[in-house]
Amino acid sequence: MLPLAPIKIGDWMVLLLGVLCITWTTVTLWQGGVADKAIIRSSGKIFSEVPLSRNQIISVPGPLGISRIAIHNRQVRIAADPSPRQYCVHQGWLKQAGEIAICLPNQVSVEMSGRGKRYDSLNY
Amino acid sequence: MTALTIKLATTAADHHIARMAALAMGLSMLEAAIPSPLPGVKPGLANIVTLIVLTRYGWRMAAWVSLLRVLAGSLLMGSFLTPGFFLSLSGALCSIAILAISQHLPARWFGPVTHSIFGAFAHIAGQLLLVYLWLIPHTGLAYLIPIFATAALLFGTVNGLIAAHYLNAPNTELEAPKLTG
Repeated sequence: MLPLAPIKIGDWMVLLLGVLCITWTTVTLWQGGVADKAIIRSSGKIFSEVPLSRNQIISVPGPLGISRIAIHNRQVRIAADPSPRQYCVHQGWLKQAGEIAICLPNQVSVEMSGRGKRYDSLNY
Repeated sequence: MTALTIKLATTAADHHIARMAALAMGLSMLEAAIPSPLPGVKPGLANIVTLIVLTRYGWRMAAWVSLLRVLAGSLLMGSFLTPGFFLSLSGALCSIAILAISQHLPARWFGPVTHSIFGAFAHIAGQLLLVYLWLIPHTGLAYLIPIFATAALLFGTVNGLIAAHYLNAPNTELEAPKLTG
């Protein structure tokens, strides 16, 4: 038998409050927002900012060679890259604002950007 | 050569605190053996002892037991003054601060489950704050809040239920000396 007796009315209220808090934080913190453009960087500088409305493949030069970035159905992925371990290619399609794929060896990155960018820079 | 004996004057209350802290430490040792999918997500079984002490003997004794457990537990685990120790400490400090407030809630409606949930949330809040201020000053940390909060609610409720069940059971009354000094 479950020990239900020790739970009092206030406990249930606190439990409910906790569930509401978690729901609220999840909804506010985990929604990436709708992305409307992709920012492509090469060697730390912005290579181009592309709207997601048109399907296309963009070739970005880096120190190791050419990275190919594909835009398809408002999603972006790195289709090909000369980096040895292919981490950024394996990351697959980026869908929401704030998502980012970085090919470190070739110094190429693509970031999904929405209307409201939550922070401009990160410092370590 | 003469043997030097240092004798500390201790009261019965000190012994009681030490016993409770030892019990709590035993539980933290036990759960250190349980693998966790995410660093920092632990059941916090030792807090069951803190909750029982809080309900039976008051906040001061609970604060002693909680802080002694963190200190002596870290010495036993070999993690004293490591980041993990400071994370435990900040969590424990926040928890006992919240318990200082929540203990004044009317006992008719609020039991150990309430204190446990409040304590668990305060614990992760203190830890995440320290992680953000000291270890990882990155706003991406916010993505982890829902995960830690869910774990806090789950384990907080379970620990509170265990403590409430224990406190409700007959013949568990331990002899409690008055806290002095």
